[in-house]
Amino acid sequence: MVSGVLDYLWLVPAFPLLGVILNGVLALIAERPFLLKEAGLPPPGGSHGHPSRGNSHATEAPGSHGSGASGPHSAPVYRNVVAFLAPGAVGASFVVALLCVLSLAARPPEGRTFVQILFPWIQSGSFLAPVGFQLDPLSSVMALVVTGVGFLIHVYSVGYMSHERAFARYFVYLNLFMFAMLMLVLANNYLLMFVGWEGVGLCSYLLIGYWYEKQSASDAGKKAFIVNRIGDFGFLLGVFLIFWTFGSVSFTDVFARIPLLRDSGVLTAGMATAITLLLFLGATGKSAQIPLYVWLPDAMEGPTPVSALIHAATMVTAGVYMVARSSALFLLSPDAMSVVAVIGAATAIFSATIGICQTDIKRVLAYSTVSQLGYMFLACGVGAFAAGIFHLMTHAFFKALLFLGSGSVIHALSGEQDMRKMGGVRRYLPVTFVTMFAATLAISGIPGLSGFFSKDEILWQSFSSPHGSPALWFVGALAAGITAFYMFRLVFLTFYGGSRMDPEVEKHVHESPWTMTVPLSILAVLSVAGGWVGIPASLGGDNRFEEWLAPVFRSVAAAGAHGAATGAHPSVSLEFGLMGISVGVALAGIGIAYFLYRLRTSKPAEIARRVPALYDLVYHKYYVDEIYEWAVVRRVVDGSVWLWQMFDALFIDGIVNGIADGVRSAGDRVRRLQAGIVGGYAFSLLAGAVLLVGYILYRSMVP
Amino acid sequence: MTPIAMDTGALVRGLYCILPEMVVIGTAILVLLADLLLPEEGKKRLCHLSVAGVAAAILSALWLGPGKIEGFSGMIVHDGMGLFFTLTILAAALLTLMMATGYSEWEGTQKGEFYALILLSTSGMLFMAEGTDLMTVFLGLETLSIPIYCLVGFHRGRMRSLEGAMKYFLLGAFSSGFFLYGIALMYAAAGTTRIPVIASMMRDARLYGNPVFLAGIGLLLVGFAFKVSLVPFHMWTPDAYEGAPTLVTAFMGAAVKAAAFAALLRVVLLTFPAILPAMSGVLWVLAALTMTVGNFSALLQNNMKRMLAYSSIAHAGYILVGLTAGGVAGGQAVLFYVLVYAFMNLGAFGVIMLVAQREDDGYDIDNFAGIGFRYPVLGGLLSLFLVSLAGIPPTAGFVGKFYLFGAAVRSGYVGLAVLGVLNSAVSVYYYLRPVVSMYMAPAPEGIPVPRPPRSAFSFALCASAAAVLLLGVMPASALEFAERSVLSLLM
Amino acid sequence: MTLDKFLVVAAALFCCGLYTVMTRRNAVAVLMGVELILNAANINFVAFSHFLSRVMGGQIFAVFVIVLAAAEAAVALAIFLRLFATTGTVEVDTADQLKG
Repeated sequence: MVSGVLDYLWLVPAFPLLGVILNGVLALIAERPFLLKEAGLPPPGGSHGHPSRGNSHATEAPGSHGSGASGPHSAPVYRNVVAFLAPGAVGASFVVALLCVLSLAARPPEGRTFVQILFPWIQSGSFLAPVGFQLDPLSSVMALVVTGVGFLIHVYSVGYMSHERAFARYFVYLNLFMFAMLMLVLANNYLLMFVGWEGVGLCSYLLIGYWYEKQSASDAGKKAFIVNRIGDFGFLLGVFLIFWTFGSVSFTDVFARIPLLRDSGVLTAGMATAITLLLFLGATGKSAQIPLYVWLPDAMEGPTPVSALIHAATMVTAGVYMVARSSALFLLSPDAMSVVAVIGAATAIFSATIGICQTDIKRVLAYSTVSQLGYMFLACGVGAFAAGIFHLMTHAFFKALLFLGSGSVIHALSGEQDMRKMGGVRRYLPVTFVTMFAATLAISGIPGLSGFFSKDEILWQSFSSPHGSPALWFVGALAAGITAFYMFRLVFLTFYGGSRMDPEVEKHVHESPWTMTVPLSILAVLSVAGGWVGIPASLGGDNRFEEWLAPVFRSVAAAGAHGAATGAHPSVSLEFGLMGISVGVALAGIGIAYFLYRLRTSKPAEIARRVPALYDLVYHKYYVDEIYEWAVVRRVVDGSVWLWQMFDALFIDGIVNGIADGVRSAGDRVRRLQAGIVGGYAFSLLAGAVLLVGYILYRSMVP
Repeated sequence: MTPIAMDTGALVRGLYCILPEMVVIGTAILVLLADLLLPEEGKKRLCHLSVAGVAAAILSALWLGPGKIEGFSGMIVHDGMGLFFTLTILAAALLTLMMATGYSEWEGTQKGEFYALILLSTSGMLFMAEGTDLMTVFLGLETLSIPIYCLVGFHRGRMRSLEGAMKYFLLGAFSSGFFLYGIALMYAAAGTTRIPVIASMMRDARLYGNPVFLAGIGLLLVGFAFKVSLVPFHMWTPDAYEGAPTLVTAFMGAAVKAAAFAALLRVVLLTFPAILPAMSGVLWVLAALTMTVGNFSALLQNNMKRMLAYSSIAHAGYILVGLTAGGVAGGQAVLFYVLVYAFMNLGAFGVIMLVAQREDDGYDIDNFAGIGFRYPVLGGLLSLFLVSLAGIPPTAGFVGKFYLFGAAVRSGYVGLAVLGVLNSAVSVYYYLRPVVSMYMAPAPEGIPVPRPPRSAFSFALCASAAAVLLLGVMPASALEFAERSVLSLLM
Repeated sequence: MTLDKFLVVAAALFCCGLYTVMTRRNAVAVLMGVELILNAANINFVAFSHFLSRVMGGQIFAVFVIVLAAAEAAVALAIFLRLFATTGTVEVDTADQLKG
């Protein structure tokens, strides 16, 4: 088969990798000596082997010092190169991805799966995990979102990070992230997906801790990494079980073998539940769902474009993507589906309530992200995978925009993140205000904007799908109302009212440079119009988005036991009714926010005073961090102290003493036995040997 | 008594079969002789000579090829598995000796006997890996151990070095006693010490039901467990590793472990299936204990050498998971992991050797604060090796662990695999600590200046890094080699 | 003489060795305990070889083991001597810097 442009699919992840290499070289030879000089340290010079060649070139690096005198922020030449290379690499990969998707779209719907095997990675006997990419409607949506939004955020970063010293290093990480993320979404098997999965985790860790001088930043990085390991452990075990059951880890093989294995009884519902719940554990880690969501709000310690890219638009949606990708497996297990739906709904409402009381602008958005991810899982859990992916896409647009907008505000206010010290900013930042307002309308679900279509599709499906229930719909709708409330609270506190800024800060407030406002504007257009590809039939659209994804999920539905994944629409009038209710709830949320934060601004504090216990509970995020600290972290530390000392204390002092006391009476000999440390080691050896030989004899002799 | 006829042909064939060993021993003797002749300032030539000798041994091993050659009436065999381990051990020795170019200069080990001891120990490992008779295995074990005792105590003026040597020696000799007594009991029950012959007799219930034989195999296992440091026979490990000159520590972790696992694998794969219920229980418990105690003890260490010592205990536990799984898949996973571990372990020790300015307190984790950005090549390399040890893709450590745990799942030891994955999740924490310290802790005043590596040292580090990455991204050929090696053993 | 008697002597010697290793603090004495264990194995080898097996294998092994024990003792004494020169004692429990 002539694949034409699709044969260049490998270029999509290759471009960011090239960016990593080139920027890495620049970071090493140009930026490092410059940073060292600024820090007042002599460059390591010839005393050090490898990089000495680079140094001799770079210490001369010119612009860096000469112009350094004119101002701390004047950019050396290499920064311009980086500023061009890093977004350029991602832009190029967006273009290639777009061409590939167009060429894929030219095929008939059934033929829209393209697999490109680069080389065998792990191979033994019948087991094969290649380095291979798969482009189908699902991964093409992801690839376009990742590269498209990623490109805009790269451009934005050029402006946002312009005052940072370690400029090249930042873009090395960011490009590396793009590479890992594209590996994740384009992988054609679970194992390679896991490589990307770990890779994005690593980059996230590096970028959260980018300002590692800040203790909180490096702590947050560690927390994210460790919490994610719990999820990764689930994912990896799930992959083991898949391999054990199906004898393969590639998507096409696994899904193709489902009917056969189910009929032959190898693949029981119990096994399917075990596999999917383990995979879902992985998803809760990466996508910040209950109970593993705690790392995401802390991850806001990283630079704001990173929050937008990794912790809102792309990486955190990897879990949703993985669940959607495995939809054929999930559909085999109604139990797992219910778990996904309930966890999703619970996370949506739980974190939405936390969002009400946060005062840090980025933390509000972080909890909002957790909540929106909950929606996506809710969609997957009720079998509406297409709706989940649709919301993933629109959310990527408006949440990236919200983060970038808040970044623009923070940038303008010299790093201030506390909303209590903002207010009235819209006069200074008109572009930021308009774009952010559009995004807020979108996330609140105002009809006509992207968020409305995707969120409404989820709510409708959670009501009407065979896996759904009115209770799930109710929780979802309530969370939608709360979302509208806290988002407008954010807008009112930040952009309206009188200024509460420090006078010193207010003097310097300025609209951001074009590298920042242009991406904002593009994202604003997408936030408004991005949903028009999925207008449901009841509103006169033809839901092209669902149609595009249909081949992926239709084959799934055929393989699964539960018929079509998307429930039949029982009644248009019911759909309109529910739509009306959810819009009404959203408007009510906005209304309350307007009342509390525009009309009666003293009221919020009064309410907080009225119910101090509840306010405290919500303000402190339900004390989940504290509970985890007490229940998990403490226990692990205690446990390892105990294990560590077990041999020292228990064996050498305890058992040795005990046995010695019992067996020997002569105190002198007891002292000798316990005193020698080598003696203790020898005792452990002897005791082990006795136990080992004894056990072997026992097991073999006693049937 | 009639004089025994000398079979020259058999002798020549036997010598041919141990060609790599002979090259290594010959080099050791040459080094000792050259030590007498060379002037003080020319001592570094000794190191070059040793490197050349090991390289020649690698070539001779490759020349022998993977075909099966028996020597000395079946006491030793050069087969596919022997070749795999020979190459692993020789590669570890080669990298160690390359690093010695720098290390010997800084730490005063620029002596003929230092290199000769490393080479003689290497020859013992090769004998152990290729021995098909329990006696050959025992002789190999002692030939490798005695020089290592000396090497651990090589820093004669450093109390910790001597203490480590003393502890290692006393316990090592003690465990050798168990090992030998076990062989004697097995000999009593089976009438032979030839491993394949014992294996063929294992189908006979009179043998595997014989308590003398079972006690013998149990004691043998104790001896092996000591050498590969399984809990609760591990207690010497952190002390000996911390006390030994760092180069020796690196060598011990990589090569000694490979040799001991080679012999253990031969015994386990050939003889255990017949007495599986008893043995798999023992191995299961040992693997679980070793992984858990190793990892949790490592969590609290502040000395990098000690932390890596506990990490090596934990890794012995992971490898034992593969042994417990058994079969071709398990054996293949063990072979591959031993190879991978040699590279990542040597690499990690190599970098910390450069960063630490002196033995003992130079290896405190605080000493690594802030070097990440200041010395990006060193920082990057150490991070790579630690990430691989933690088993994060796309490094070789991940592929290796995937195979070990995958083999366990395939053989039905799902619980053990779960424990293994959980343990490696825990281990990330302590592997991460140095990385955090390197990149995220503020550099103190007077940040240590790593030692300038010699070109051979740099080459060894880069080669290890390349191996860790290559085996992570394209492990296919190494895995295939491992699989064929195990098959050749089981055929 | 029967095989059993040799086995009992060997086992007794093995236990004496174990006892010595476990109870003595002097490194040289511990070494002697180890030698006892090795020799217990040697007795086994020679006895089995004599009573059970036609070939000389076991007796040759015993010779090997004796040589190894000598080599081991040489190395051990060298280490103990350095230890004595440094700390003035060869009591094994005075060496306790390495722990944890």
